[in-house]
Amino acid sequence: MSDYEHYEALVVGAGPGGAAAAATFANYGIETLVLERGVEAGSKNVSGGLIYAEESAPYTIDDLFPGFREAAAERPITKYRIHNIAGDKVESFDLTDLHEHDTEWSDSVLRRKMDSWLEDRVHERTRETGGGLLTGVHVNGLLREEGRIVGVTLDELDPITADIIVAADGVNSELARDAGLMDWDEPDEWFQGVKAVVDMPEDAIADRFDVADDEGAAHLFSGDLFEGVRGGGFLYTNRDTLSLGTVFHLDSLVAEEAEPHELLDGLLTHPLLAQWLGDDYTELEYSAKLVPDSKKVALREPHFGRLLLVGDAAGQMQAQGPIIKGMNHAVTAGALAAESYAQAKSRNEPEKAGTRYARKLRSEGVMKKLRPRGYELLRGVAEDDGVTGVVDSVLTSAVGRAGIRALSGRLERLYNVPTLSALMPDTRTPYVTLPTVIAEELGTRVRETSSVTPPDLEARIGGLTYDTDIGNPHITLRDESFEASGAAVAACPVSAVDFGGGCYREEVVRTNGSEERVVSLDTQPCVECGTCAVVADTDWSHPRGDKGVEFKWG
Amino acid sequence: MHMVVLTKGVPDFREGQVSFDEDGHLERGKTPTVMNPNDRFALEAALQTRVRHGGRVSVMSMGPPGYKEVLQEAMETVYADDLHLVSDREMAAADTWATAITLSAGIETLGEPDVVFAGFKTADGETGHTGPQTNWCLDMPLVTHVVSLDIDEEAGTLRAKRLVEGDIEEIETVETELPAFVVADPEFEPSYRTAGERLTLKDLREETRARAENYEEHLTVRDHADINVDPDYIGLDGSPTIVSSVDPIPKAPAEREATMVDPDDTRAMQDVLTAMQSAVGDGDGGDTAAAGGD
Ligand SMILES: Cc1cc2nc3c(=O)[nH]c(=O)nc-3n(C[C@@H](O)[C@H](O)[C@H](O)COP(=O)(O)OP(=O)(O)OC[C@H]3O[C@@H](n4cnc5c(N)ncnc54)[C@H](O)[C@@H]3O)c2cc1C
Ligand SMILES: Cc1cc2nc3c(=O)[nH]c(=O)nc-3n(C[C@H](O)[C@H](O)[C@H](O)COP(=O)(O)OP(=O)(O)OC[C@H]3O[C@@H](n4cnc5c(N)ncnc54)[C@H](O)[C@@H]3O)c2cc1C
Ligand code: SF4
Repeated sequence: MSDYEHYEALVVGAGPGGAAAAATFANYGIETLVLERGVEAGSKNVSGGLIYAEESAPYTIDDLFPGFREAAAERPITKYRIHNIAGDKVESFDLTDLHEHDTEWSDSVLRRKMDSWLEDRVHERTRETGGGLLTGVHVNGLLREEGRIVGVTLDELDPITADIIVAADGVNSELARDAGLMDWDEPDEWFQGVKAVVDMPEDAIADRFDVADDEGAAHLFSGDLFEGVRGGGFLYTNRDTLSLGTVFHLDSLVAEEAEPHELLDGLLTHPLLAQWLGDDYTELEYSAKLVPDSKKVALREPHFGRLLLVGDAAGQMQAQGPIIKGMNHAVTAGALAAESYAQAKSRNEPEKAGTRYARKLRSEGVMKKLRPRGYELLRGVAEDDGVTGVVDSVLTSAVGRAGIRALSGRLERLYNVPTLSALMPDTRTPYVTLPTVIAEELGTRVRETSSVTPPDLEARIGGLTYDTDIGNPHITLRDESFEASGAAVAACPVSAVDFGGGCYREEVVRTNGSEERVVSLDTQPCVECGTCAVVADTDWSHPRGDKGVEFKWG
Repeated sequence: MHMVVLTKGVPDFREGQVSFDEDGHLERGKTPTVMNPNDRFALEAALQTRVRHGGRVSVMSMGPPGYKEVLQEAMETVYADDLHLVSDREMAAADTWATAITLSAGIETLGEPDVVFAGFKTADGETGHTGPQTNWCLDMPLVTHVVSLDIDEEAGTLRAKRLVEGDIEEIETVETELPAFVVADPEFEPSYRTAGERLTLKDLREETRARAENYEEHLTVRDHADINVDPDYIGLDGSPTIVSSVDPIPKAPAEREATMVDPDDTRAMQDVLTAMQSAVGDGDGGDTAAAGGD
């Protein structure tokens, strides 16, 4: 073997998945090196986000990091409501039961604060094993010897080998792609999340959301306010800020040629939100990130040789109706992966860590949540276009409407049934048609008017912090024709048709009397969301360590 | 390995910090003193050596008691172990010669360091003499304009890339035995290509944070007696240089007379040409016109 720097365990990525893996390795006394590309853990990360501690989970974040809730989280979420919207008519259901199902606790978090807190703990604990945590280093691929994975290669450091490598590098995992375990081809396998962090004093939050110091509220939104794009909106209270955002199926976003920032604005300016946002809207940060849909991409065998994939890198992001569970599964998977290696090693069969890990994901019930059996069985029928068309036309017909009215007393209870929300088909019916009909038939008019004027894209980009890697763009276009890459002009959250200051722009090139529509790319304002890796034809990677966007909130 | 780094305090020439009087003289009293910016590269070079080979870094400065904070700044930059200020009235108004004698004597009180580092030119004196002259007293191999550095501890050698004639286009590699004296160039780039080095760097940063707060506990102040030099050889008395006077460089006038000319006005443009010709003296009108037509 060549003379490379070697650690027993290598963890790539210091999000919740990587932190959990590293802490567990350290608990077993295994020498562990953690590599994170951001200037600080959390500076690249975005979530809604509510982190769940599930009763049924073998590991939760506060098991692994005592004191997490007090030091790294924002508020316990004690109220959970969904709002079905049609125009200015709204019908709201209390989903606190669904939210509390299998839930030990659930707190809102901001990722810069959360992940940087974890970073310090992880560094301290892994340093004791002879390893530690480094930021500002970008792992750019796998190191192979005689065809076998033995380590990683990096932009900033010489290659490093390890006995076990945990890829916790999130959605758009370069390691999963390098290993051939993930491709970034199908838009329908991903969601795009877009988010705004909004300033609000604690007393205003207490007042407007009717919550005490140790309480918090979550509001979810669906219906006709998103131009027919499949997905929904969220609002979570933090200590003295709000997290507001949208999560849409990427294929639907592309099909509707919708502009993500406009859909977010549609939510922010809806009259229903006036009661909470008031007339003093101050946006602190605009951000975006892809979200995998575990129902479609969660790997059943997330390992290859010495490489184990955890969290978003393995597609372990569960959308359970309106409830989004990615962080908690990343934590569980990270801990299970590390534990699997430790146990396999103690039996002198470290090469079996991968199969052991996959088995644990099944026996601990994680895989069942990520890929519900019922969904797979129903999917063929429920997501058939013809069936959707029939269901939707029945729902919107007089008969369907009468049905909704008849069900009115029971709808809220049905929405609260966990198995039903897990089975929700990925069609416009549950996202758009049903909520719209519910609101039209049962809803009441909102009387407030919104005085919120969200910043435009230019101001949003201007408000972000970048350290641009000048002359070294991390994304390049492989095919600049409009057919191949044009979808990114609208779908990129920091680009827009007719906006010159974004990443993607449409251009018309005239040569010899013929006209060609092409797209051009400038990665300077990129927020590294990953969308164009899927919807355009690009050579896509993350920027070098420390470079690119730096989120202050996340 | 024992490294000694030399650093000097200079007026903070950054906009908003520096203050000049009406005659354009620097007002030292009103301008804060900071660590000479170029010394950062000497400190970085020492830090890299320390990270790779372990050992101890001492930082030394000759100057007034106010330099203590400069040393604190150096400690934060280089994660230094101990600080040394050579200071007394006898040392005042030293030229580079007397400074070199003082510093070399100071270094000798620290034992026999493996590498001594100096910066390239200060922001005020700007002679660039102090490093080489100090080494003349110490009589070690001297490598200047160093942009990268490798030490082979077993062989006891130092290999450096240095700019030839201070030119970034031309770089040579030299090797010398330890102990050696290194002058770091502002182009010096530390390189940490292994995780182990970066982790050590992180440890050092962590350790230094607490130390830099109580830096005075790690600071030794010495006068001429402590470093065993004859007062006749230091300070003003030991300085052969005589500065007869200091003249400020005259400032360009803030306002000038200007006439706006429309480039399409041939007549006016002709006048401009004529004026330019007469300004350069007996220029040949034909050539100017030809050049303009290129
Ligand atoms: C107002 C004024 C008057 C001066 N008058 C005279 C004079 O009459 N005659 C004369 O020769 N010089 C004079 N000097 C310059 C002299 O005092 C120098 O500042 C000093 O000797 C260092 O030289 P330098 O600044 O050119 O440093 P450089 O030689 O450019 O410095 C190179 C490196 O040497 C090291 N170094 C330099 N000085 C010190 C120090 N004090 N302690 C520790 N390390 C150091 C640092 O690593 C520095 O990066 C004067 C300077 C000023 C500002
Ligand atoms: C808008 C939005 C809302 C969401 N809401 C919720 C929610 O409410 N609840 C919930 O549980 N989940 C939510 N999620 C999903 C959740 O954020 C993810 O599932 C979760 O962060 C996954 O954790 P992870 O550790 O796998 O990856 P990440 O948290 O993405 O961490 C990956 C880490 O790896 C680093 N990295 C990546 N590539 C490299 C490389 N090549 N070299 C070095 N380092 C690298 C990154 O910088 C990052 O720190 C939401 C996501 C979005 C976008
Ligand atoms: S350029 Fe691509 S990765 Fe960057 S923000 Fe736009 S879509 Fe996202």
